[in-house]
Amino acid sequence: MARIPKSELELTWHDLEVGCVVKQPGNACQYKTGDWRSQRPVWNKDRCVRCGVCYLFCPDMAVQKTSDGYFEADLYYCKGCGICARECVTGCITMIPEEE
Amino acid sequence: MGVRHGVEVSIAAAEAVKMADVDVVAAYPITPQTHIVEHLSELVANGELDAEFIPVESEHSAMSVCCGSSAVGARTFTCTSSQGLALMNEIVFIAASMRLPIVMILANRSLSGPLSIWNDHTDVMSVRDCGWIQVFCENGQEVFDHVLFAFRVAESPAVSLPVMINIDGFILTHMIEPVEYWDPETVAKYLPPFVPVNRLHPDQPLTMGAFGMPGIFTETKKAQNEALLRSKPEILKAWQELGDLTGRHYHPVETYRTDGAETIFLTMGSFSETVSLAVDELRSRHEPVGQISLRLWRPFPCEEFRAAVKGVKRIIVIDRAISYGGPGGPVASEVRSVLYKEQSMPQVINFLCGFANRDVSVEDYITMYQQAQKKGRKKVRQEDYHIYGVRE
Repeated sequence: MARIPKSELELTWHDLEVGCVVKQPGNACQYKTGDWRSQRPVWNKDRCVRCGVCYLFCPDMAVQKTSDGYFEADLYYCKGCGICARECVTGCITMIPEEE
Repeated sequence: MGVRHGVEVSIAAAEAVKMADVDVVAAYPITPQTHIVEHLSELVANGELDAEFIPVESEHSAMSVCCGSSAVGARTFTCTSSQGLALMNEIVFIAASMRLPIVMILANRSLSGPLSIWNDHTDVMSVRDCGWIQVFCENGQEVFDHVLFAFRVAESPAVSLPVMINIDGFILTHMIEPVEYWDPETVAKYLPPFVPVNRLHPDQPLTMGAFGMPGIFTETKKAQNEALLRSKPEILKAWQELGDLTGRHYHPVETYRTDGAETIFLTMGSFSETVSLAVDELRSRHEPVGQISLRLWRPFPCEEFRAAVKGVKRIIVIDRAISYGGPGGPVASEVRSVLYKEQSMPQVINFLCGFANRDVSVEDYITMYQQAQKKGRKKVRQEDYHIYGVRE
């Protein structure tokens, strides 16, 4: 997908479409929602059974499947809500504070 | 040109909406707007108007439906009054920020409480800053003309903003007057088909009404304000062409017998015609008095207003709404602001009157004129205002 030409902090009022419509469908995926996270999920592969419950429950589709069949969070989007850790069947996901 | 009908102004307004070949009407009945939407629902039910009439459960829904239908490119009309406007308030602001060219007649009525169904301008003044183009009408013919004018201006690609037509409840809505309907050829010449600037359509998906973070919100407000300010040339052009077609010429600031006037009455809406009679009477007594009425309320016609009052000594501003605890009625406050820093600023004398249809007669205006002359001799503070006729 083509990137938005400017960051919203560079746009002047002249750059806005009439009524501020967004003409590029799906460009919300470019919006970084991962920058207010206070904790992030970390998977312990030794206990992970690759069931995909974390993938299914993530409300932001931020959990992705890796090539070896395990899962990880896309930190561009992950808000650190902890739902994956709460739902994980084997308890293999730990929420780690961001400052660590 | 068209045929003159002796008709209730509400019915004439609905007939004008029909002549505009509107696609969607979404409205909830409220006194004194009721006859307009009732007649529109009859026109749709009888097959005389090919439109969707959506009888919603509230005014909040009415304006929400209007936003949706306008967004998909349907010519959209609604109509309300007072409490109805208050109930649809949040969507009124959204319609303007989304630049949706909805046309609404506001049959002006007091806001409660106490509960009142009668006419004044407290409802419209509550949405002064909603971002709509706002015009006032003085009689039935003006209402008919301004329905077509409103669609023409609203849908102009250079404007793309909603337009509110203010008509005094009962004084206009329930009055039977001679009104000339336009012939269909004239309407076709004046009002082109609606081609929206942006349109919700599956073939070209887009997002309307997205949120704006603090980093962009200021820019959105600047863009919206510029859009409203820049609508004025289109408004003037639409009035000019309306005048060419019908012979009725409208201006942002209407003037009456202002030549050599030292005192000027400033009015809005149907009271203007009574004030004209008072001006005639005072002129016959050789009093140097004239009148201006604001037809265009938003965008405020600063330039035309300053030109119209140039050289006058005092302006008697008739306000039909109260700004509780404020420095005067809403119109007078704006007038003082517009005139501030003028080299010879006229004295602004503010009378608040005509609340909830309390009658204000020609004699009352003559009394106000005489009181203003007395006030004019005394040094009065600019924020002085007087609720005329209140029992002390």
